[in-house]
Amino acid sequence: MSARRIFARPARLAAIAPYLWMVLFFLVPFAFVLKISLSQTVIAQPPYTPVFDLTEGREALTAAFAQLSFDNFRLLLHDDLYILSYLRSLVVALTSTLILLLIGYPIACGMARLPQRWQGVAMILVIVPFWTSFLIRIYAWINILQHDGLLNKILLALHIVSAPVVWLSTDSAMYLGIVYSYLPFMILPLYATLSKMDASLLEAANDLGASPRRAFWLVTFPLSLPGVGAGALLCFIPIVGEFVIPDLLAGSDSLMIGQTMWLEFFTNKDWPVASAAAVALLLLLVPPLLLYDRLQRRQLEGNS
Amino acid sequence: MKRLSRCRSTASLRPLSTGGESGLKDVTSSEASVEAAKPLPEPAAPDMPLLRIESVAKSFGNFRAVDQLSLDIRAGEFFALLGPSGCGKTTLLRMLAGFETPDEGRILLGGKDIAPVLPHERPVNMMFQNYALFPHLSVRDNIAFGLKRAGMARADIAARVAEMVALVKLEGMEKRKPDQLSGGQRQRVALARSLARRPQVLLLDEPLAALDKKLRESTQGELMELQRRLGTTFIIVTHDQEEAMTMADRIGVMDAGRLAQVATPRNLYEAPASRWIAEFVGDINLFNGQVMSRDHSRLTVSTSEAGSLTVSELWPPVTKDVVCVAIRPEKVKLSRRAPASDEGGSHGINRLEGVVADVNYLGGVTTYKVRLESGAMVRSSMANTARLDVDAYLAGQRVVAWFTADDCMVLEQ
Repeated sequence: MSARRIFARPARLAAIAPYLWMVLFFLVPFAFVLKISLSQTVIAQPPYTPVFDLTEGREALTAAFAQLSFDNFRLLLHDDLYILSYLRSLVVALTSTLILLLIGYPIACGMARLPQRWQGVAMILVIVPFWTSFLIRIYAWINILQHDGLLNKILLALHIVSAPVVWLSTDSAMYLGIVYSYLPFMILPLYATLSKMDASLLEAANDLGASPRRAFWLVTFPLSLPGVGAGALLCFIPIVGEFVIPDLLAGSDSLMIGQTMWLEFFTNKDWPVASAAAVALLLLLVPPLLLYDRLQRRQLEGNS
Repeated sequence: MKRLSRCRSTASLRPLSTGGESGLKDVTSSEASVEAAKPLPEPAAPDMPLLRIESVAKSFGNFRAVDQLSLDIRAGEFFALLGPSGCGKTTLLRMLAGFETPDEGRILLGGKDIAPVLPHERPVNMMFQNYALFPHLSVRDNIAFGLKRAGMARADIAARVAEMVALVKLEGMEKRKPDQLSGGQRQRVALARSLARRPQVLLLDEPLAALDKKLRESTQGELMELQRRLGTTFIIVTHDQEEAMTMADRIGVMDAGRLAQVATPRNLYEAPASRWIAEFVGDINLFNGQVMSRDHSRLTVSTSEAGSLTVSELWPPVTKDVVCVAIRPEKVKLSRRAPASDEGGSHGINRLEGVVADVNYLGGVTTYKVRLESGAMVRSSMANTARLDVDAYLAGQRVVAWFTADDCMVLEQ
């Protein structure tokens, strides 16, 4: 009994901690954003109305509540700008995730097959770029890709091109930046799944008449799907809301939703519309998260 | 040949013989009876074994895992590779499966060198020690895995899977995933999966090591029964000598990459080829000594620990004078007085006087340790044939441990 009394309280606290974190740093700020998204823009400080003031009594609060409306969400649906931004974000995120998977999977596979002591080294090599600031790395890419940058200099020196190629402010540059930045997030979960895989499973498949290539598709790949799912979501979700990379590397002809929000917020000073866009983005990301959760739960049920 | 003829006589009982050897193809019932009349895997020549291993060697770095090993295995045989861990038995098995390539030597299956045949093309299947079941596939799909790769028709696969499921008594479990099965059930799925393709040779790598004792013993019986019904050549790797003795027709004892002896379980136990094997297989009393005289294949060996011992000499005769006399504990009898039948040593009975130092009652047998005057211990084990223990000896009691010359083995050092 005494042991239970000693351990019960910290254990309960530990269980509450993540919920507390979620409430403080996600739900409360989200409530603010949600409220702003239902407000109207005004030229004032703060730049929206109504403002809830608890000191003015109940009547005023009720009146303020009555002023909230879904106008901003209606605007999102009716203005092409927003819908196109969302679509572009989705397309960019999907395409990037696919490219990341195609590049990350073979790398993770190769890492998992290295001798044990080299696996640690490979792991460090994957993580090492994090030691440099993300922003600095993206600026470095600008340096490499610009008109008289390293890439064009090399291509000219090797006589592969006769005139400098425009790299910067293109979609290719943006994809390059995204894939470069997110590759570790794809490799690490894949590597975690693949390195746990029992080598005798492949031998068994081989023994039962599957060539090494077929054994990969019949055994390795299906068993690595949880890692594929984790890696894909870990990349897809932040890429949808990515702002820095498209802003610095892509052209300005079409915007991702992150850029649109930035414009609304800082250039147009329209906090309510920017907030509405943010809430809509969140709703957009819920279905893939639920899907992932369900897949994982099925995985867990299978294991028990 | 004993095993072969048994297979032939029971061929009609075997539900699995209908497909033939190469046979992942459908065979009608009329063909099946013709097929069943033939003995199983036909050797290339009458005196050619199904599997011939010719001075095969394999090294990992400086470690010689398998060292110039040669071995013939007949069709339909249940062969056990027995040895301590690291003796190279698993490496040998993996070379047969094709997962390792021999550095030297040849492996012939049905007279053909299988070196160029890739593992997924060999008519050999393996049951893995950890079973290596595919965790994402159901029992049915695990068993069907090899059949699908062989390009069998869908209906035939279903029929064969049903047959294999019935064979290993897993009816009703077809849809379960491996992690929803007990250890024993998993073992059966692994067995069914490796047998589904009807391999010419089934390799079993410590197939029972993960089971508890009771289950292991019942599974031993089932494996033997299955092997008898299918007539498939089984090669089992084990470190458990009792397991090897129970199941195998012949046992190959491996030590440091070489075959120390290949013999039937009985010969291995009663006529071990060396002192090492005598000690490795079962319990034994050993007395070092020197041959003093020879008389009609009866040797007199003088030992420091047990005095002068009379020993019958088997063929081939020992060539050296410094030998080791070995006697199994169950052949050492205890009595209160020296046996009366022995007159002047004409029956070659050896008598050792001593004091009972230790008694262990094990149910079926009781083991005794008798301390001789020299201080050496002699172990004796006697069956408890009567319920009331009139024959039991107590610690501290003076006894005579005796055994005949014929029960002794002479081993060279």
